[in-house]
Amino acid sequence: MILSRGHFTQALLVALLLALFGGCSDRSVDAGLVLQRGTNSDPESLDQHKARSVQAADVLRDIGEGLVAYSPTGELVPAAAERWEVSADGLTYTFHLREQARWSNGDKVKAGHFVFGLRRLVAPATGAFYANMLAAVANAPEVVSGDLPVDALGVEALDELTLVIKLARPTPYLLSLLAHPSTFPLHPASVAEFGDHFARPGKLLSNGAFVLDAWVPGSLIALRRNENYWNNAATTLDGVNYHVVVQDAAELNRYRAGELHITSTVPPDNFASLRAQYGSELHVAPYLGLYYYGFNLLKPPFKNNIELRKALSMAIDREQLTDKILARGEMPAFSWVPPGVDSYEPTVFSFASLTKHERETLARRLYKEAGYSEARPLKIQLRYNTSDTNRKIALSIQSMWRDVLGVETTLINEEFQVLLANVRDAEVTQVFRSSWMGDYNDAQTFLSVLEAGSAANMPRYANDEYESLMKRAATQVDPDRRRLYLEEAERVMLADHPVIPLYFYVSKHLVRPEVSGWGDNVLDYHYSQHLSLSATN
Amino acid sequence: MLRYTLLRVLGAIPTLLLVIVLAFLMVHAAPGGPFDDERVLPADVEANIARAYHLDESLPKQLLRYLGGLVQGDLGPSYRYRDYTVSELIGAAFPLSLKLGAMAMALAIVVGVSAGTVAALQQGTYLDRTVMAFSMTGISIPVFVVAPVLVLFFAVKLQWLPAGWSSSTGASRMVLPVITLALPQIAYIARLTRASMIDVLGRDFVRTARAQGLGTLTVVRLHALKPAMLPVLSYMGPAIAAILTGSVVVEEIFGIPGLGQFFIRAALNRDYTLVLGIVVFYAALIVLLNLIVDVLYGAIDPRVRYR
Repeated sequence: MILSRGHFTQALLVALLLALFGGCSDRSVDAGLVLQRGTNSDPESLDQHKARSVQAADVLRDIGEGLVAYSPTGELVPAAAERWEVSADGLTYTFHLREQARWSNGDKVKAGHFVFGLRRLVAPATGAFYANMLAAVANAPEVVSGDLPVDALGVEALDELTLVIKLARPTPYLLSLLAHPSTFPLHPASVAEFGDHFARPGKLLSNGAFVLDAWVPGSLIALRRNENYWNNAATTLDGVNYHVVVQDAAELNRYRAGELHITSTVPPDNFASLRAQYGSELHVAPYLGLYYYGFNLLKPPFKNNIELRKALSMAIDREQLTDKILARGEMPAFSWVPPGVDSYEPTVFSFASLTKHERETLARRLYKEAGYSEARPLKIQLRYNTSDTNRKIALSIQSMWRDVLGVETTLINEEFQVLLANVRDAEVTQVFRSSWMGDYNDAQTFLSVLEAGSAANMPRYANDEYESLMKRAATQVDPDRRRLYLEEAERVMLADHPVIPLYFYVSKHLVRPEVSGWGDNVLDYHYSQHLSLSATN
Repeated sequence: MLRYTLLRVLGAIPTLLLVIVLAFLMVHAAPGGPFDDERVLPADVEANIARAYHLDESLPKQLLRYLGGLVQGDLGPSYRYRDYTVSELIGAAFPLSLKLGAMAMALAIVVGVSAGTVAALQQGTYLDRTVMAFSMTGISIPVFVVAPVLVLFFAVKLQWLPAGWSSSTGASRMVLPVITLALPQIAYIARLTRASMIDVLGRDFVRTARAQGLGTLTVVRLHALKPAMLPVLSYMGPAIAAILTGSVVVEEIFGIPGLGQFFIRAALNRDYTLVLGIVVFYAALIVLLNLIVDVLYGAIDPRVRYR
């Protein structure tokens, strides 16, 4: 039979429809023991020194391994290093690597690979984002600034399996830094061979539980089990897929469709109904992050005006903010350092224990002492970067300040980069919105923000007593005394009210019941190697 | 003819150059840079990063460096996807966007024309009204509403189709995005076809054909369809534009690594090289298409060549 033109068109149509609707059963979530995780953006890079985001670090912790790592509940445990010794003065750390540790191509992981990685981290030519991670290591700041050559860095390989790190000052949190991907080892030969592009699928050698299998930017990062990993016997997953889903509503849909085992977050709206619907699948845990307002301390009206700053801070009903306005599980902040930080007890504002009425009465008195009244109200501008959440919070604080004190607040929303530039200039800003996320589990990562020399000190806070306490803490070997210095420093700083801590962030994930091994922790680290899947979906 | 073509090609170069320079200045004029963040970096570290990515150089020098690379066909490395070059990203993303758009267009024409024709033939009946009601809905509901509804129904509830691109490797992942993208065009084309088909069906030559004893389907196929297609054909231009812009939203919702998604994110991330790369790519594409049209015109009509 000869096909007529009409028949041909019909055949073409059928073929098109088949192509469109065929193959409906290829949903990969059912395929073997592959964990499907959501992530809300691509890593910038899987070169640990070009990476910066939390999302990149998540993937890097799955494919790489540092000297130490975190357990599912957030405790530090030996990883590439089997054991280590610390000298009495706290300045020399000697790490003994595992004899069995291997790269994904079977090569031995050597102490020299750590030296190579750490030197590359601080080398000016690398332009690494976390170059200051090693600031406590001997000569690190001088290498970063280019004043000393890279091999002056205080790291040394005594032999194949022994690594020595020399510090310029005692750093009790050094181990937590060594769990960060920027301090992981690198395979020198592969970096030399592939140069800038060594961190790509097919080229990247890694020493963790998984290896990079494929990466489709904007869509998917696929990892498969590293058969050469020293603890491969303990890995139960055959692979991990990180699906890039930008919109949190889309991520929730994919979870509901059974395409994801774990979400990176949950949509902020209708949190209560999500909680009711998902019950134990919804994991909400404290996180090392703070949402705060800062004052511009270089200009009036906040320069040298503690009473006014304190009055504004006290007039805010933080519980109302977290429980009613946001209602997403966040915790009201009465301190600068979040609760849950390792061996530290945050100081809280003295007014935290007062009733709402007592607090507001006191705030009004301070407001008057600062020279303001109903007849002569304070007029200020509040700047925040454009977002729904920021707007909601600014609006409620505007009304709290008006109702309690009579302050006239003008809200100004700006694009993020514009706000950053304004805060940096410290010319037009009065009150501004900001946040801080801890880099490691230690109070230092929060308290150092407000040191006079810190680039992140946006309010331009400066207090000699605070500086001297922070310096004493930095050189203190004894952890208990160090802790007392840090706690005292926070007390001194809070009494000055350079900032208004508003709430502490929480991490939020949906985790399917068939996933086991999940642990909530303040760092929000969830290594895929600790997770397993029951085969029945 | 050759001389004419050469002249046209040479004439396109200043246009492209102007687009590049303007785009370059505009992305650099936007406040903030690709590496700005709330976690402010120490000055030393910031300086090292700027040097590593040549952001410490003066603007003219950066522009020259960019143009120098461009001449050699190098669009530079992406600032956001630091393991990839801009050419690689565009090379992977564009075919996907093209495929998505072409499939949506094909679906829109086939379904739209069929539905419009049926409605015209059954004018005034229940069927006609249903088709028209559906098409009105299709036109009025925006893509970012249609997509989640389709996902909820077909992926979450029925679990027939994947909700996201990366959850499948087969053709099924194309279904929802293509339908979402095609839906408003189906609606539009159906209405256009219906109106023009009704008009054509009332013409004398159709009546003559009927009088000769031909059946309705044959009349439509052999006589009415071609003239009725003219308004649909002239709608193709706007339809392609609508599908291009619509694909940005669809790519975002379904997580498709297409060019639209990269363009938006690159602009938000201040990924200078990727934004520029996509602008240059689109500009070159448009210039090329215009060029082809011009040359074809010249080939068809000699008067154009000597004007």
